[in-house]
Amino acid sequence: MIRINCPYCGERDHSEFSYGGDATINYPSLDASEKEWTEAIFFRKNIKGFQFETWHHSNGCRMWLVVERSTVTHEIKSVKPCHPDLQKVVENNK
Amino acid sequence: MKTKRIDNYGKINRDKILSFRWDKKNYKGFEGDTLASALLANNIGIVGRSFKYHRPRGIFSSGVEESGALVTIGSKDRRDPNVRATTQELYNGLEASGQNAFPNVNFDLAGINNYLGRFLAAGFYYKTFMGIPPLEWGKGTAIWMFFEKFIRKAAGMGSASGLPDPDTYEHAHDFCDLIVVGSGPSGVAAAIEAAEKKLDVILVEQDSLIGGNQLAENDFDNSQIKNQLENLGIKIMTRTTAFGLYDNCVVGLLERVTDHISASNVNIPRQRFWTIRAKHIIVGAGAIERHIAFNNNDIPGVMTVNASKHYLNRYGVLTGKRIVIATNNDSVYETAHQLSEAGANVTVLDSRTNFEIETNKSFEIRKGYVPYNINGSKKIDSLDISKSETINKSETINCDQVLLSGGWSPAVHLLSHRGVKPKWDYNNACFLPSDTKENITMVGSSRGLWNKNDCIASGIAGTTDALNRLGISKTNYFFPKPGGWKNPIQPLYEVKYKKSRSKSFVDYQHDVTTDDVRLAHREGFISVEHLKRYTTLGMANDQGKMGNIIGLSLMAELLNKEIPEVGTTVFRPPYTPVSIGALSGRNVGKHFRPLRVTPMHQWNIDHGAKMIEVGLYQRPWYYPKENETLSDSYIREASTVRKTVGICDVTSLGKIAIQGPDSTEFLNRIYSNGFSKLQVGKARYGIMLRDDGIVMDDGTSWRLAENEYFMTTSTGEAAKVMSWLEELLQTRWTDLNVNVTSVSEQWAGVSVAGPKSREVLNNCVDDSLVITNNNLPFMGVTSTFLKGNIPCRIARISFSGELAFEVYVKSDFANTMMDLLWENAKKYDGCLYGLEALGALRVEKGHVTAAELDGRVTIDDAGLSKMASTKKSYIGSAMRKRGVLKNNDREILVGFFPTNLKETFNAGTIVCEKNNIKGQGIGRITSVTYSPELGHWIGLGFVKGGLDKWKDTNLVGADPVRNKQMNLKVVSPHMIDPKGERMYA
Ligand SMILES: [Zn+2]
Repeated sequence: MIRINCPYCGERDHSEFSYGGDATINYPSLDASEKEWTEAIFFRKNIKGFQFETWHHSNGCRMWLVVERSTVTHEIKSVKPCHPDLQKVVENNK
Repeated sequence: MKTKRIDNYGKINRDKILSFRWDKKNYKGFEGDTLASALLANNIGIVGRSFKYHRPRGIFSSGVEESGALVTIGSKDRRDPNVRATTQELYNGLEASGQNAFPNVNFDLAGINNYLGRFLAAGFYYKTFMGIPPLEWGKGTAIWMFFEKFIRKAAGMGSASGLPDPDTYEHAHDFCDLIVVGSGPSGVAAAIEAAEKKLDVILVEQDSLIGGNQLAENDFDNSQIKNQLENLGIKIMTRTTAFGLYDNCVVGLLERVTDHISASNVNIPRQRFWTIRAKHIIVGAGAIERHIAFNNNDIPGVMTVNASKHYLNRYGVLTGKRIVIATNNDSVYETAHQLSEAGANVTVLDSRTNFEIETNKSFEIRKGYVPYNINGSKKIDSLDISKSETINKSETINCDQVLLSGGWSPAVHLLSHRGVKPKWDYNNACFLPSDTKENITMVGSSRGLWNKNDCIASGIAGTTDALNRLGISKTNYFFPKPGGWKNPIQPLYEVKYKKSRSKSFVDYQHDVTTDDVRLAHREGFISVEHLKRYTTLGMANDQGKMGNIIGLSLMAELLNKEIPEVGTTVFRPPYTPVSIGALSGRNVGKHFRPLRVTPMHQWNIDHGAKMIEVGLYQRPWYYPKENETLSDSYIREASTVRKTVGICDVTSLGKIAIQGPDSTEFLNRIYSNGFSKLQVGKARYGIMLRDDGIVMDDGTSWRLAENEYFMTTSTGEAAKVMSWLEELLQTRWTDLNVNVTSVSEQWAGVSVAGPKSREVLNNCVDDSLVITNNNLPFMGVTSTFLKGNIPCRIARISFSGELAFEVYVKSDFANTMMDLLWENAKKYDGCLYGLEALGALRVEKGHVTAAELDGRVTIDDAGLSKMASTKKSYIGSAMRKRGVLKNNDREILVGFFPTNLKETFNAGTIVCEKNNIKGQGIGRITSVTYSPELGHWIGLGFVKGGLDKWKDTNLVGADPVRNKQMNLKVVSPHMIDPKGERMYA
């Protein structure tokens, strides 16, 4: 019963969002090696506590968000747009 | 047992008489009765038969913990089984019957199970399933199959109607600062305190009346409390159960809107399923009185002490004439006094020897005595009692009722839903709630407080706690210490009398006896969770509200441990049963899921289309003429397309507008094939891979302008592709200046296919020059106008392998476009064609769709290696070369023909070598169709090693589901016109 405070739409029920995945991965360049890509897409940490993850406001503004959420309590510490330019817009409008 | 209604007692409305039926006979009760109190008032003692042994069962309690009086309410499509008679309010015309008995609860033929008990002990199902030793080990499944239907019939509870539910249910949502669960003294005090501090409060009560256990007091009147709560603006929800607590202070409520009235009104729902979001939760859910395990402790006439008090003071029903109360605590003495005042002859057996209690000597107290056996079968004849230190046959008391109180268990269930483990309190012999960081506070007797003033104080403290946690106040507060009786409780869970083989019940509802717990222990099921599953203790719909602690204490004794070391099972939602109807709410029938239709949906139906569901979409399946069957129709349609022309609604394809200076670079990265050199006015077929190198989707992208593309995706993957593109642009490639917009709903699309398609289009466009072979070559794109000045986009794209065009107009023009195209297609003996013919045409051509691209297939598997560029990197390009995807025994796309061309086959057929027909074989058939062009059945699918390996071998198509086997051969997937000459025509 998570609620996510979308920077554009406001606080909304998690049923409006789709879960993405680990937000901390630096995807390798397209011409990177198979090994680098394997690391990036198959190996995941199983974090107990706060983790950064991506969520898509798929039934809302369609923004991809970085959500800092506790895997234990579902507490959400922060929500930011993934795109740095959108992040700036949000900051400036505060 | 002799139960009767007595004058001057109870809060029922004696001016309003209600008639009801019990087991096909008419009875009367009063407004304010429950079914249980009305049955007791009519001296009906046996209300059901037990789960396994079919022992007669009576009413054990007066509330939600009831584990004996489970009955069936209503009839026909409103038949509702396993309803607790103790919480079912009586209404005029209520129809109820006993369960698990044939012909009826008083005379039940299956009662013989009582004597077969040895065979029905704990683990019976599991053992039967494994086989009965020693002869049948390993043959268990067959035996189980044989016995199952008898066992299920014999060991069952009520049965559902089996008919569609005629009632409606609703989902509702609400928000508040504080939700208080339970309207006893603590809950009410908390709610009032909070409302006075300006919090927005919801007070939830599962009963029809507020008051909690005070409703069992003879001098309690709730009208004043109710006024006070209402005047403070507190939202009171009665007949509403908080069945579960969830993350972030979410409470699930079930409101029973019409279960207490007879008239079924279609305009109001039967039940409402509430999701409440609060900032803080206060739980004052009370405590539940436990029984005591001893021989025959289930004979009708056994009840908890508090229940008897309830029946006397709330319903005016005296539940016995000669009553024995067996206890280990102080809580029973007021009841004993009131029962004797009401005219019963009362004896109290107290297991404690050393204690002081004030009474007016209207009843006898036997200090240091316990009950160890009840004599009787359908009713209590007498009770054997003994000194508590050693159980010996000493004395028998004639009585018609035995009331039990083995202590009280705080209702910690809701807190347990949050994963908060309760802690054992030795002084009070019960589990108490632990503290939690979540905004949940337990108050009243659900935190082990046994007297009213303590409960009230805890309610006020609970609200102070809430205000502090919400940052509204910073006030010191303290909760009263658990307990509150004058004399300490003496733990008493079981009275063991070894010289008897009678049954001593722990869990009445599932017929779990003390011997079952011991058997489970002997057989090694010593963890609480295993014990629970092996014996089914606490797994009935009362969820062990009365019996769990007794089971735990027995296991503790067997293991020589203390109860807290043995642990407690985790309570999970729901606290009391929630109907499936309430869970589904309005999401039934046509509202089960959304329906998507194309803008020409009605046009298609008006022109004879039979529709089929594709995901959420309704798409034309086939357009039968007169008496045509599906296969007559699609064969005709596919042949017509190949011969002249056909028109097919393809609007359900995903459509995405891609705009911005970096659009070309973007497409070049997401498609496996090159897009950098695609000219304006041209389209290209493209394949997208996932990061891991597997095919995600295929489609086309049309270059409308230097920085603008129009992308189509498959119907099924449209939403996924859109999210994927957004993810890439917003998270990975944030430097690209590209904007993607879903325009699926904005454009209506149609495919015009067949050798005459250009002629048809010629007649439909304003300027026929735009679609000549020169001006619109294969894969050419143009933006032009249909007659009537309708702007449209046309691409020369073929899925069928024929000369073909896709035409898109704004959705509002869909019908006009269809009229225009159809009018002209008819001139060439054209047809409308549906998904079935579309499928036939593409299978003939070996084009893959979702049936082939199932998330396991690589671009090479699909025979599309040419689509994988070697000149650039793209999503999936690194991973598609990883080892397992390059094995040479991978399944490769091929075509299939039956060896005997007169035979047919089905999708799902497993392809095997001739002498090795087993398991997953060497391949599978994914799509089949009759090919009008070739005149026999053909298939697409995969086979290990592909065409080169098997092209001259006779293989077998095994279809075990349809009990079919046939010979087949592998052919190229491009089964007609492999060079594509028709498309370029
Ligand atoms: Zn949003």
